Amino acid sequence: MGSVDTLTPVLTKDWGTERSWTLPVYESRGGYASLKKALTMAQDDIITAVKDSGLRGRGGAGFPTGIKWSFIPQDNPKPKYLVVNADESEPGTCKDTPLMMASPHLLVEGVIISSYAIRAHTAFIYIRGEILHVIRRVQAAVAEAYAAGHLGKNIHGSGYDLDIVVHAGAGAYICGEETALLEGLEGRRGQPRLRPPFPAVAGLYASPTVINNVESIASVPSIIEHGADWFSSMGTEKSKGYGIFSLSGHVTNPGQYEAPLGITLRELIDLSGGIRAGHRLKFWTPGGSSTPLLTDEHLDLPLDFEGMAGAGTMLGTRAIQLFDETTCVVRAVLRWTEFYKHESCGKCTPCREGTWWLVQTLTAIEQGKGSESDLDLLLDQCDNILGRSFCALGDGATSPISSSIQYFRDEYLAHLTHGGCPLDPAASTVWASSLTRSGA
Amino acid sequence: MTTTPEKAADAVETVTVTIDGVQVDVAKDTLVIRAAEQIGVQIPRFCDHPLLAPAGACRQCLVEVPDAGNGRGFPKPQASCTLPVADGMVVNTQATSEVADKAQQGVMEFLLINHPLDCPVCDKGGECPLQNQAMSNGRGESRFVGSGSGGVKRTFPKPINLSPQVLLDRERCIVCQRCTRFAEEIPGDPFIALVERGAQQQIGIAPDAPFLSYFAGNTIQICPVGALTSESYRFRSRPFDLVSSPAVAEHDACGSAIRVDHRRGKVMRRLAGNDPEVNEEWITDKDRFAFTYAVESDRLTYPQVRDTDGALRPASWPEAFTVAAEGLAAARKAGGVGVLTGGRLTGEDAYAYSKFARVALGTNDIDFRARPHSAEEAEFLAAHVVATGPEGGAVTYTDLESAATVVLVGFEPEDEAGAIFLRLRKAALHHRTRVLAVAPFSTRGLAKMHGTLLPTAPGDEPATLASLHDHAEHGIDSTSVILVGERTATVPGALSAVAALAAASGARVAWVPRRAGDRGALETGCLPTLLPGGRPVADAQARVDAATAWGVDTLPETAGRDGDAIVAALGAGELAGLVIGGVAPADTTDPAATTAAIEQAQFVVALDLRASDVTRMADVVFPVAPVVDKAGTFVNWEGRTRTFEAVLGSPSSLPDLRVLAGIAEELGAPLGFRTVAEVWSQMEDMGPWDGPRASMTPVAPAPSDFDAEGLVLSSWKQLLDQGTMQDGDKHLAATARPAVARVSRSVFDAIGPTVTLTGERGSVTLPAEPVDDMVDGVVWVPQNSSGLGVLTDLAAPGSRVTISGGNA
Repeated sequence: MGSVDTLTPVLTKDWGTERSWTLPVYESRGGYASLKKALTMAQDDIITAVKDSGLRGRGGAGFPTGIKWSFIPQDNPKPKYLVVNADESEPGTCKDTPLMMASPHLLVEGVIISSYAIRAHTAFIYIRGEILHVIRRVQAAVAEAYAAGHLGKNIHGSGYDLDIVVHAGAGAYICGEETALLEGLEGRRGQPRLRPPFPAVAGLYASPTVINNVESIASVPSIIEHGADWFSSMGTEKSKGYGIFSLSGHVTNPGQYEAPLGITLRELIDLSGGIRAGHRLKFWTPGGSSTPLLTDEHLDLPLDFEGMAGAGTMLGTRAIQLFDETTCVVRAVLRWTEFYKHESCGKCTPCREGTWWLVQTLTAIEQGKGSESDLDLLLDQCDNILGRSFCALGDGATSPISSSIQYFRDEYLAHLTHGGCPLDPAASTVWASSLTRSGA
Repeated sequence: MTTTPEKAADAVETVTVTIDGVQVDVAKDTLVIRAAEQIGVQIPRFCDHPLLAPAGACRQCLVEVPDAGNGRGFPKPQASCTLPVADGMVVNTQATSEVADKAQQGVMEFLLINHPLDCPVCDKGGECPLQNQAMSNGRGESRFVGSGSGGVKRTFPKPINLSPQVLLDRERCIVCQRCTRFAEEIPGDPFIALVERGAQQQIGIAPDAPFLSYFAGNTIQICPVGALTSESYRFRSRPFDLVSSPAVAEHDACGSAIRVDHRRGKVMRRLAGNDPEVNEEWITDKDRFAFTYAVESDRLTYPQVRDTDGALRPASWPEAFTVAAEGLAAARKAGGVGVLTGGRLTGEDAYAYSKFARVALGTNDIDFRARPHSAEEAEFLAAHVVATGPEGGAVTYTDLESAATVVLVGFEPEDEAGAIFLRLRKAALHHRTRVLAVAPFSTRGLAKMHGTLLPTAPGDEPATLASLHDHAEHGIDSTSVILVGERTATVPGALSAVAALAAASGARVAWVPRRAGDRGALETGCLPTLLPGGRPVADAQARVDAATAWGVDTLPETAGRDGDAIVAALGAGELAGLVIGGVAPADTTDPAATTAAIEQAQFVVALDLRASDVTRMADVVFPVAPVVDKAGTFVNWEGRTRTFEAVLGSPSSLPDLRVLAGIAEELGAPLGFRTVAEVWSQMEDMGPWDGPRASMTPVAPAPSDFDAEGLVLSSWKQLLDQGTMQDGDKHLAATARPAVARVSRSVFDAIGPTVTLTGERGSVTLPAEPVDDMVDGVVWVPQNSSGLGVLTDLAAPGSRVTISGGNA
């Protein structure tokens, strides 16, 4: 059974400290020591260390970070860029936002080390525009880092120069897609680019570019400090290290739980005080709304890339949304689908038109209209979107639908026979108990 | 005959792919969608266009790729419009793959859910790629209306104007981005862009920037649905009621292929034709929309002669031929007859004028240059331009793409030759061709060609050209091309400097006139110094050669008068008669003098399409056919011939050559032809001159007049202006660039925003626009965008004008 010992606070270790976001507090707790160490290392050795650590991208896709860095053609005369994807917008995903709120310097330090490793002299942190408070925190941290000589020209006498630009997004989920993010960063309309060329060859301003998630970059200082072996000693065979698991929904203590990859949901639920009292788990997403949902059959699966792939889903961003038996799965899926319809960038047909149609079909079912054949139609629509869209947004839109029909087909049908939702929507709310009391 | 040896070096590297089980060798980097075409498989598509960069947006062309050439397949269907072939690649299209077929059907179904079912009233219906491919690659019945509680389509208010001419029906748009990609990639006018997102994504313009591109109409043609329509054609006809005839655009010297769609003797619309060597698939809006001039109410439909009461009255063709012949015979005795042909003739018609002048009128007093011209220009044309062409190694469109440097002299391609502009922009973008402009300021067109300005005040062109050679930075050499516009004729010494630069550097030269008939008229001898085929009048052997071909004893031996001299001689009473075809005095060197000369001439025969001041002054007026009514040939700036058949058959609409043949017969000097085909075969028999070319005597530049008062006037005609061949389409006219005077920033700050210019012929008041790199002491005004035109109202280009503020 899980216990507090299971937790591995690295990224989150300072979160409870008073004014943890300031430079003095960060440095008093050992911050920027990894940077000083890294600046004495050969750049290729840093890349090797990150490769050896087994760190895989924490933004969802899980591509090995060190290998991504080694794709940067160092003989290319153009400038190299590091871009941090902090456009955290997936429903359920809420790990980068608190990380940047509480420990912006951890990200900044990671950016400096990573940029040094790939020989970038300009790095960009693209932060979701809606989270203004976070943007200000990161901006302040960057300013502090400049003042302390961690940034700018000739950092700590190493001869290495780096500038960081903090960029605020303009409010589009699609800009979390790395090439759409680059378009946005260049001042263009946020829509994904045709690949090839891949960003490693021709990314930002047609120059070699590494794009990494906040959590990936924030993990780099610890790898430098403790070594690749320390990092790879955690986690499972192919999913090394630790990560933040964001538990939300019907659990007693929702929040961020940093643990080695491979932990199970059962352990995490225990850590968070269990499912809402008096209720039981019905379904959950392992990594945000675009990862196919799972049920209480899957409580003991290892939460790593392979374990989730084995269950037909994805580890994603470890955004674990938990829903108990009071929740209507059709309603939840419809809300997510409305999100994808709203956020579809419009570039390609399947996603643009498909999400428009999916919402209409789902809405009808949720209202008890339509027929059983509409379920097959929904699945066929999903089949015509999945793998046919320009980018993964369209794929993600189909995941909750096809997985929920797989596990809860009867509940869909119940809507049709019941002439609407058979569940009490109020029962799933946090104030449900007070309603029951006053109503009783 | 020589045989061309096999050129191994030109062999294209190929790869072998298997498409639907058929092995095919295609050039490396070919896109799968086009490789499939080579085995006869058409993959449905919308966003794909061969002349635009791949987008992969519509997803209609998905195919299955079980082997990418490396033994591994793609797990998902791939967009064949973005996927280059690889050696050993295996592709299964909808013809053989259920996965590909279902993917395509799925995308088609999605495209249709928000597309209105208004095909019965849509202009595109019947020629619509969406309609056609929905039939070939979609399901017959929609599942959308029957799904859930019945699908609800997204709607938009019906069309909005992207420009005064181009309308957008957003409901019909499938946001394939062909139009936006065209606007950005081809002419470089990105005034339309995607706005909003998801199903609300649409094409939009900025509130203060409509889609004012000279090439906007092309977007209507490449729109794969009926989302883009023109004010001119919207709701006018059904595609299946139209007869389509290939033709050649008559508005400039580009020789662009067009398609004329007509119904019951009326032209309904014009489209770009596909001529890869010339205009590719693009035309200017002028070529597309300016055709109603031929059906204006002032179109001449019958001959007229001046009656004893002094008024013009209708006449029969035989009577008009007789009256014209008698009048011309008398005028010939009284001093002679001049011939001014204008620049809009087909090659065949020009040949008829040329032969008519020599054989029937016995004169070399003929000139096609209905614009400021010079003797230096005539020499330049005879020495360097006439009787050259692509087959003889003259500069071609393709050469512009491979040239390292292209120098523009007295030539603004976007305004004066749209197809050259597009090709130069392509060259600059894709082949790094460097464009240098000898001009007084950077035009928008030059910026779009990423060109460099060689700042030059009108008159100083010879000095700039002289400085180009030996100037390492500019590096003019044998890989360079000099494009010299007709306006260069007005600068003494400029064409001599062009010839000198070409001789010294090895650069090749091409002359670009503005009008479609200019080059053909040059080739057929509508010049006082040249007979057809480039035969110099001064060369006795050439004269004998022409006389033999024409079956006459002799031809006039001395060079004739050029256009200006003909006008002067008429004014002075030295010439008594004039044959004038399609010339507007406002275009000529001195409009007032030309008008006076026509008035003073003893006898004037006018051949024209529409009534004008010239026809009102003439003694005999012959209606002639517009280009749509006749067959013929245009020779474009390259020297390339483009022949076309008559689009409309109109028995009462005769080409100039038939009229001239009729008069000549009455004069007792038959020309030996009455039809276009007969002229063509005469021209073929005659062929080009194979004797020595005329040479050019260099002309010294005029000394600079640094102390003169005022500003030097620079001027040319904008693509869309008051030209009579643009009459009748108010929507097109509304897209024209407004008349503004362009001045330097300092002049604008001192005098703007409205300026009055005063020159030797009068004053004009125009809004001023500052231009940052305008050469000091120069002002530019569009030549025919206001009033009666610059030549009438203000002064000759290159002369001095004074400037003052406001409505002085």
